[in-house]
Amino acid sequence: MGGKQDQTANGSSKSESMGAKKASPDLLNSSFSFKSLKLKTKQQELLLRVSILGLVYVLAFIARLFSVLRYESMIHEFDPYFNYRTTLFLTEKGFYEFWNWFDSESWYPLGRIIGGTLYPGLMVTAALIYWTLRFLRFFVHIREVCVLTAPFFASNTTIVAYFFGKEIWDTGAGLVAAALIAICPGYISRSVAGSYDNEAVAIFALLLTFYLFVKAVKTGSLSWALGSAFGYFYMVSAWGGYVFIINLVPLYVLVLLITGRYSMRLYVAYNCMYILGMLLAMQIRFVGFQHVQSGEHMGAMGVFLLMQVFYFLDWVKYQLNDTKLFQTFLRITVTSAILVGGIALGVGTASGYISPWTGRFYSLLDPTYAKDHIPIIASVSEHQPTAWSSFMFDYHILLFLFPAGLYFCFKRLSDATIFIVMYGLTSLYFAGVMVRLILVATPAVCLISAIAVSATVKNLTSLLRTKQKVPQTGSTKGVGSSKSSSKVTLDQSQPFQKNGAIALLVGVFYLLSRYAIHCTWVTSEAYSSPSIVLAARGAHGNRIIFDDYREAYYWLRQNTPTDAKVMSWWDYGYQITAMGNRTVIVDNNTWNNTHIATVGRAMSSYEDEAYDIMRSLDVNYVLVVFGGVTGYSSDDINKFLWMVRIGGGVYPVIKEPDYLVNGEFRVDKGASPKMLNCLMYKLCYYRFGELVTEYGKPTGYDRARGVEIGNKDIKLEHLEEAYTTSNWIVRIYRVKPPTNRL
Amino acid sequence: MMNLSRSVALISLFLLPLLSFSFSVDNPTDRRVLVLLDDLSLKSSHSIFFNTLKSRGFDLDFKLAEDSKLALQRYGQYLYDGLIIFAPSTERFGGSLDSKSIADFVDSGRDLILSADTSASDLIRGISLECGVDFDEDSSAMVIDHSSFSVSDVDGDHTLIAADDLVKSHAILGKTKIEAPVLFRGVAHSLNPTNNLVLKVLSASPSAYSANPSSKLSSPPQLTGSAISLVSVMQARNNARVVISGSLQLFSDKLFRSGVQKAGSPNKYEKSGNEQFVTELSKWVFHERGHLKAGSLVHHRVGETDEPAIYRIKDDLEFSVEILEWSGKRWEPYVADDVQVQFYMMSPYVLKTLSTDKKGLFHTSFKVPDVYGVFQFKVEYEKLGYTTLSLSKQIPVRPYRHNEYERFIPTAYPYYGACFTTMAGFFVFSFVYLYHK
Repeated sequence: MGGKQDQTANGSSKSESMGAKKASPDLLNSSFSFKSLKLKTKQQELLLRVSILGLVYVLAFIARLFSVLRYESMIHEFDPYFNYRTTLFLTEKGFYEFWNWFDSESWYPLGRIIGGTLYPGLMVTAALIYWTLRFLRFFVHIREVCVLTAPFFASNTTIVAYFFGKEIWDTGAGLVAAALIAICPGYISRSVAGSYDNEAVAIFALLLTFYLFVKAVKTGSLSWALGSAFGYFYMVSAWGGYVFIINLVPLYVLVLLITGRYSMRLYVAYNCMYILGMLLAMQIRFVGFQHVQSGEHMGAMGVFLLMQVFYFLDWVKYQLNDTKLFQTFLRITVTSAILVGGIALGVGTASGYISPWTGRFYSLLDPTYAKDHIPIIASVSEHQPTAWSSFMFDYHILLFLFPAGLYFCFKRLSDATIFIVMYGLTSLYFAGVMVRLILVATPAVCLISAIAVSATVKNLTSLLRTKQKVPQTGSTKGVGSSKSSSKVTLDQSQPFQKNGAIALLVGVFYLLSRYAIHCTWVTSEAYSSPSIVLAARGAHGNRIIFDDYREAYYWLRQNTPTDAKVMSWWDYGYQITAMGNRTVIVDNNTWNNTHIATVGRAMSSYEDEAYDIMRSLDVNYVLVVFGGVTGYSSDDINKFLWMVRIGGGVYPVIKEPDYLVNGEFRVDKGASPKMLNCLMYKLCYYRFGELVTEYGKPTGYDRARGVEIGNKDIKLEHLEEAYTTSNWIVRIYRVKPPTNRL
Repeated sequence: MMNLSRSVALISLFLLPLLSFSFSVDNPTDRRVLVLLDDLSLKSSHSIFFNTLKSRGFDLDFKLAEDSKLALQRYGQYLYDGLIIFAPSTERFGGSLDSKSIADFVDSGRDLILSADTSASDLIRGISLECGVDFDEDSSAMVIDHSSFSVSDVDGDHTLIAADDLVKSHAILGKTKIEAPVLFRGVAHSLNPTNNLVLKVLSASPSAYSANPSSKLSSPPQLTGSAISLVSVMQARNNARVVISGSLQLFSDKLFRSGVQKAGSPNKYEKSGNEQFVTELSKWVFHERGHLKAGSLVHHRVGETDEPAIYRIKDDLEFSVEILEWSGKRWEPYVADDVQVQFYMMSPYVLKTLSTDKKGLFHTSFKVPDVYGVFQFKVEYEKLGYTTLSLSKQIPVRPYRHNEYERFIPTAYPYYGACFTTMAGFFVFSFVYLYHK
């Protein structure tokens, strides 16, 4: 109710202000002065809005360039290397080859149908940008395009956030939302230059889809719904997180139905979006028939059918004109509809036509599920439950503004605010379950916080203006005037209200400036590291760069036969294929748990058992990452327990307790004998026992774990050291052929 | 005179490359053989064996095992293709020779005949251990057999054994059956059970055992029965061949010539089987027989000739490989019906026996299985006595491209029909609805 009043009041105020515009006589004056440039209020507002948006657009882009300045224009982390490799392939070989690409260089010997197992949205986007630039005669390298795709789309996201904010609240909220999301660390963490990952474009697509859907619900227009269907298609093509959309939107529709907000607008918007979106999504090979076959998508279909039932009931009600008869009819229809739906679902699931929920989906609903059942999901660091500190780190003041924003949303409930509230609450729950999903929650948190900021500031400023402008009528803003009438009475009872408002405003701006400082600091210090090049501070405060990864991959590229197979833990698979150009056994696309478990088993077996496994996989080289010399803590020894767990999950001969001593993971003298002699230990610590890593410490002192290693005399029988990088971070071993006489 | 010697030098200079390449892929039979003896009298006492080698064209270089100038290689090149060690009691070789350099010699693909005897030295035991053969630890032990000894055994301690348990392989022992038992007097050995490259050529009978014949048996013997091997061969992975015998006398003129009658057997032979056995074995070990070579693996789609970079599932392909056998003088087509090819990805998906055209070409054709991945054509030919052929060639197999499926499926025609009638119906309905009135 309040919302409606506000909106109409707003509208009238606009017309009022338009009417009250000063048709300045200076315009007619030909003399050159600043006054001649004076614009009408509305034009001023537009100019302000556009310039603010423009600045935010640029800000969002340049804030993400820290990584390029600090390091170089390079692709970051793990998955982006795969995306980069596929984009390269797409630009070189064209779309047909890309779509049907069978890659024999990964997952040896199984291979991977890359065209059918990736979300092509990102690659196609980057390739289109690349081709456009070339068409415009900008001959850039594809790598530069890939590096800058994420910042570019982050900038675009701010524009969408503005329109979304405008849609759910007002332009002010939209501007604040754009500014907040431009520098929010939760989003920057995944969209710095070089972070060429699916999320880079997916968040843009996600927000666009939501915005267009909300718009469609609001207007009931087919064209907006069509737009949102296309937005959804783009999202599906870009990221597996589209499942969130296809579950959130039906949930939202369901809530509207339950709260009695069913309308023809909703019917049009949802049906069009769902049907077209589904048909479009089926064109993505990786998604295929999941929309009609997978358990995760059944909710959307159920709601779709429910909509038809609603529509039908509406029609019957209109035809019957008899409440009692209609009640009976309603009971029968609803019961039978639910019954039919239930039976269909049951039969579909039992016959295997409808696949059950995937492990990832389960682990979202039940955070402890993955830990107990699927170690491979639990092992990924970004799948860990979020710590409070990282909420604070990623959201800063938004964490406090969010509840305030919710309050405002509830105060002015409309279809749009219900949507943003639901989006915010569900995504925040998911953000609590998995660290990486903070990203999905970020736009919602920014939007809701923006509402809080905008509404508060607006109230406060109107409070300030009230006193001055009560005597003047007509020139104040609608909101101000409508509120002022109520505030005036308050004014008398609170004499320090104006001072209070000023203090609060100062406080708000102080908080916002702290937010900006925090975001900049976080971006430059924490989120701009490419993780493939490591930086550390030396003893004299100077910056030391460890470029061992690339050193090792280039060594592989230059010094090994082209058909050599490299075995490593799956984390490094994408990088080895992209930079080393060699075949790998497993990589970051963890689609085959058994294959990964086999590698895990090889790593945690004794050397001669591992040798048989490696021979059966035709492995020529083994690559391990070792941080004992540099103190780099995310190395293979620290990941080792996951290898044991994943290996043991498939091969019960591998037992986790064999590697632990009293439940403790150790590498020093007190370590378990199996630990001290397994392949991973041997490969990491080979020749390490003779090395002095730190002054005043014994030889073989592991700096990453702060202990002296337990097995200094390591002899390799079936492998030989092929290459160790300058800081020992990457170590490569050659698998010897079987002995000649045995 | 000067002229002559110069021309000889010139000729030998021309011959040098020929000589140095005499052991090669193209001509695998050994030519230059170093014979190490611990006593030069062996040269005459084993002259028949040496003369048969010489008559087959081998260039034998007799050296005393203690000779301080012994060297297997010079300037990184091996001087010999084969090595015969008839020096069972030598504790240390002269020159640069030791058990490691002999192991390296074998690992370089060259061949070895090693004969131990009673009281064999640690050095000889060490070399044979490298080849998977373990001589009885008791240095005074001999093989004793109270049931299949030779009746000509005059000492009466039943250490001269008439063994006739030979390995059944034409490749190793030739086509002619060795009728007469082989006389053996020497030390027993067993084979390393984990080594599957070594095998018994001449085994002892079940009643044999290894013990010191002159002392009373105080404890059960370590080696008994058919676990005892008298003569063993080993073919290394690089196809170097090794013969290890527990008896030096086996090769001697004396046993070559002596008649034989196995105890309890009415058959009496004028001549023991030793000569035939040793000659045939030496032919095998010096690659005069049982040596195969294969050309590259050739494969292509049916109807094409070029080798594709990738196959599609369900492609029909033709596969062929050429296998030749060395007859001692020239390469001849190998004829066999048991050569198989695997289409392999972690396990064989296709296993086919190749048919031969009797000219050395083995071929087959099959359909690529309905599984994509990186496959290998694998020919793993391991036949007793023959060179191991282990060939593989990697080839990826891709699934169908998206437009290689059928465009219209016959069973789906009702759906196509339903689809188009709905569209038509909708059009008609709209038309009627809009313009009816």
